[in-house]
Amino acid sequence: MKEELIISGRNLPHIDPHLNLWHWPISLYLFLGGLAAGILFFAAIIVLFNKEEKYLGSVKWATLVPPVALVIGLGALLFDLSHVLYSWRLYVTFRIDSPMSWGAWTLMLVTPLSFLWSISYFKEYFPNWNWQKGFLSYAGSLIDFLNEYKKVMAWILLPSTIILGIYTGILLSAFNARPLWNNSILGPLFLTSGLSTGAAAIILMAKSHTERRLFSLIDLVLIGIELFLITHMIFGMQAGSQVQIEASHLILGGEFTIMFWIFVVILGLAFPAMLEIFELIGFKVPAVAPAILVLIGGIVFRFVMVEAGQITRYLY
Amino acid sequence: MRYAMAIDTKKCVGCADCVVACQTENNVPVGYCRDWITETVDGSYPNLEIELRSERCNHCENAPCVRCCPTGASQIAEGGIVFVEHDECIGCGACIESCPYEARYVHPDGYVDKCTFCMHRVTEGKDPACVAVCPTKCMYFGDIDDPNSEISKMLATRKQKTLAPEAGTDPHIFYLT
Repeated sequence: MKEELIISGRNLPHIDPHLNLWHWPISLYLFLGGLAAGILFFAAIIVLFNKEEKYLGSVKWATLVPPVALVIGLGALLFDLSHVLYSWRLYVTFRIDSPMSWGAWTLMLVTPLSFLWSISYFKEYFPNWNWQKGFLSYAGSLIDFLNEYKKVMAWILLPSTIILGIYTGILLSAFNARPLWNNSILGPLFLTSGLSTGAAAIILMAKSHTERRLFSLIDLVLIGIELFLITHMIFGMQAGSQVQIEASHLILGGEFTIMFWIFVVILGLAFPAMLEIFELIGFKVPAVAPAILVLIGGIVFRFVMVEAGQITRYLY
Repeated sequence: MRYAMAIDTKKCVGCADCVVACQTENNVPVGYCRDWITETVDGSYPNLEIELRSERCNHCENAPCVRCCPTGASQIAEGGIVFVEHDECIGCGACIESCPYEARYVHPDGYVDKCTFCMHRVTEGKDPACVAVCPTKCMYFGDIDDPNSEISKMLATRKQKTLAPEAGTDPHIFYLT
C-alpha cells in the first residue's frame, strides 16, 4: 500500500481535492476559436483559388459566424480571468515561450480581420441601401477598398487561422503537469477538429448543392484524420510513462469514457462520417444531420479534454 | 547565487508550524496556505514507513509557470526565487495548470500567489518564516552555489530527493531522506 495525504488541512479553492480551475468558459472558447479558424481558413482558400462565385456560402454567409464566435469566445475568456482589470497587460508584451501570448496576439489580428471580411460583403447583404449618399458613401468606399485587397486579407488569414486553430492544442500540450494534455498530438488534433467544425458550419450555411458536396467531402477527410489522430493519441498515452497511462484511464474505463466515446468519437465523428459517405454514394441524407453532429462532437470534445485534463497530475 | 531549501524528513514531525508561520508572515488569506504537510505511508501493517514532508513551491530552475505566463508576471528574481508581480498578473491560471506540484492558488484579490521564499526576509539576510520557526530545526535555507553554506554541506553529506524530477522542472527543494 502506498498512500499520500495532505495532513495540514489544505483546501485551496479550485486546487483541492483536484485541480478544477478552468471550466466552461475555456472549453467554449476552445470550440469557438477552432470554429472561427476553420471557417475563415476555408473562406481564404476559396478566395485564393478564385472560386468565390462557385462557393458563395463559404465566403459570404458562413463568414458571418467567426466575428460573433470570436467575440463570444473572447468574452468568455475575459469573464474567466480573475484579475481582469489588468488584462491589457497581455498586449504590452509578447512572450515567445507562452502559447497563450501567441493566442492573444493572433486573436488581435484575426478578430478585426474577420469583421473586415464580413464588412466587405455589406453591399451584397444590403444591395437596396443607398450607397451613394452621406455616411454610406464613406462606408461604401471602405467596402470597395476591402474588396480590392480581399486576396491580401486571404493571404494573411491563411497562416493566422492555422495558428489560431493549432495554438489552443499547443497551449494545453505545453502543460507538462497535466499528463492527459502533455502530448504533441493535441495541437494538430485541435486544428483538425477546428477545421472540421468549420467545414460543418459551412455545410449548414451552404448555398448550393455543389458547395455542400465539396465541404461534405472535406469534412469527411478531416474526420478521418481526426479519428487517426485520436487513436494515435491514445496509443501514445498507453505507451507512455506511468502518469500518462493513468491519465488515459480516464477515457478508457474511467469517468469520461462514455462522454468521450459516445458523444465525441461515435456521435461526433464516426456516425457523421458514415452519413457523409452514404450521402456521397447517393443516398438521400439531410446534410444538416452530420454537420450538427460534428459541431456537437467538437464542443463535447473540448469540454471532456478541459475537465478530464485537470484531474490528471503527477504522482509522487 | 542560487537559493534552495533542504528539509530533513527524518526530523520533521508534521507539526505544521511552518504552515502557520507562513500564513502569519505573508498575510495569507484565511482558508489559503502557501505550504502544506504531506504524509506518505508505505507498506502494510505492521511494516509501515511514514515520510512527512513540508511542501511548497519548489522554485524550479526550469519553471513551467514562468515559461507559460502570457504577460511575464511570473518571473525569476535574483537567486532563482520564482515570484509573481501582482500588477502584471491577469489571473488566467495558466501557471496554476502548469505546476506539477500544485503550489499556486488564485488570491481573492485576483492575482495568482504562492510561496516566495519570503523574499522580503531573504533580501535582509534572514531565513524564510517557515525555516525560522521550525521547532525541530529540520529546514535549511541558503545559497547552494556557496560550498560553505550550511545547506550545501547538508546536501553534500545526506541522501536526498526532489519531487517528481521526471517532470523536468529541476526543483530546488531537497528532501533529505
